[in-house]
Amino acid sequence: MYANPKSLLWLLPFLLVICAGCQQSKTGITVAGSTSVEPFAELLAEEYMSHHPQFRIYVQGGGSTAGIEAVMTYAANIGMSSRNLTGGEKKLYVVTIAKDAIAIIVNPKNPIQDLSLDQIRQVFSGKIKNWKELGGPSHTIVLITREEGSGTRESFQKFVMGKEDISLEALVQDSNGAVRQVVASNHNGIGYISLGLVNDQVRALKISGVEPNLTDVENGKYTLVRPFLFVFNEEPSGESKSFLEFVLSPFAQKLLLKEGLVPVLPKIAKE
Amino acid sequence: MIMQVKEKIIEKIFLLIALSSISILALITFFIFEEGLPLILKIGPKAFLLGERWIPSKGLFGIFPMIASSFWVTLGALILGIPLGLACTIFLSELIPPSIGLLLRPAIQLLAAIPSVIYGFWGLIVLVPLIQNYLGGPGLSIFAGSLVLGFMILPTIITISEDSLKALPPSYKAGALALGATHWQTIWRVLIPAAKSGILASIILGMGRAIGETMAMIMILGNAVKMPTSFLDSARTLTTNIGIEMGYASGDHRQALFATGIVLFFIIMALNTLAIFLSRRRVH
Repeated sequence: MYANPKSLLWLLPFLLVICAGCQQSKTGITVAGSTSVEPFAELLAEEYMSHHPQFRIYVQGGGSTAGIEAVMTYAANIGMSSRNLTGGEKKLYVVTIAKDAIAIIVNPKNPIQDLSLDQIRQVFSGKIKNWKELGGPSHTIVLITREEGSGTRESFQKFVMGKEDISLEALVQDSNGAVRQVVASNHNGIGYISLGLVNDQVRALKISGVEPNLTDVENGKYTLVRPFLFVFNEEPSGESKSFLEFVLSPFAQKLLLKEGLVPVLPKIAKE
Repeated sequence: MIMQVKEKIIEKIFLLIALSSISILALITFFIFEEGLPLILKIGPKAFLLGERWIPSKGLFGIFPMIASSFWVTLGALILGIPLGLACTIFLSELIPPSIGLLLRPAIQLLAAIPSVIYGFWGLIVLVPLIQNYLGGPGLSIFAGSLVLGFMILPTIITISEDSLKALPPSYKAGALALGATHWQTIWRVLIPAAKSGILASIILGMGRAIGETMAMIMILGNAVKMPTSFLDSARTLTTNIGIEMGYASGDHRQALFATGIVLFFIIMALNTLAIFLSRRRVH
């Protein structure tokens, strides 16, 4: 009696689970947190693993707060945060791995090139509702913001909004990529994302004449800049330490510079 | 004697397995309430259920806009889903040759098998730009969400109401036809009224599916936290509120999301109880 090959198909998912299981059992560290830092951490992890094929680094999103919480509960070895630590989180060991600018983005079809911080604040608080008031065509502005708790949102709130609230009319998307996608597909959209993730689907606005580029971020003219942090429970050791050392190495920092981040090693930024 | 003992043991093992699935339900319920209730009690049920402002960073946790949005989206889905679903049911069970039914039925069941993220993606890429261009507004809207949900609840409505039509005694149809009723009169005046409770149950289960849908809605609704004033407005339902903020929430904020879960829990329980009640009545 031979089993019909099709009848064995049900075994497939079990095999997959077992395989996934054996992959997990390979030594590795988990890096979790901010979706702003995630793509860069993934890049670094890939690079690191290509040099150290015996190690695995698992990079997960979830958000700054989730990442920090994961480190505190030992669910992750390294937390990624795109905001400064607050309250009880301050006891953790923190390393700044790069700095990132926040770009205000609009659809490429939008004629507006330049806004002042004050104008941006009025747009996002809902006081300016039409592009006409800013010198554009007569269309209702579609605001896109991030969800409560997002590191990018917290930085935007701090740098741009100050004490004012972001309008409740604003659409809420839960990642940089989703905000970019909505702005790219909506001619009247305006949002804010990490400068490193701006691509040709959207256009980053000048702020009072200052272009969001690395030189102006570096020399302090462009002020919407926040740190990208790696967070540890204690001073890192073993594999976490060697990955951190790699991330802070000139090679990795150069890689981050190429991706649009501001390196923490000053001499690389000057090159 | 030994056989009997064996039987008893096996019986008990199966009982244990059956109970374990219920105990998981009990555990989930317990944790949702344990996490969520303290917050509701802290800010007061009225401020929580009827509050219109959700700004967790300022300690404002009013979920009324989300309750309203959930019902708007569901209502929209039913407006599309009920006529389409009923028409499809009648067509499938009465009007087409069985051979075509054999082809159509699996296709409809396949609708239920498509992951909701695919529906969401389709809505985002196809429907949202269309709405934005032709109807105005941000595109990410209750209207788009309702359209997609309307399609998502079709399999539930069609399969359950078709079953209840099939369960009718053949004498109903034969009798009506023998009395000189046309085919359409038989369907509309005899069969549908006779299967009414089953059809209602299918609609209510469809409602439950619509209220519970999360992933597709996160992608399509735009998630703005405000009272919806038109079908072209962006909105946030109870489920998407949890889905979109869970990753970042901590402390009171997290508890408020669990509390949102409690509200959902009650809504779904009420709908399911109603559906069970209606489908029981059919048997008698």
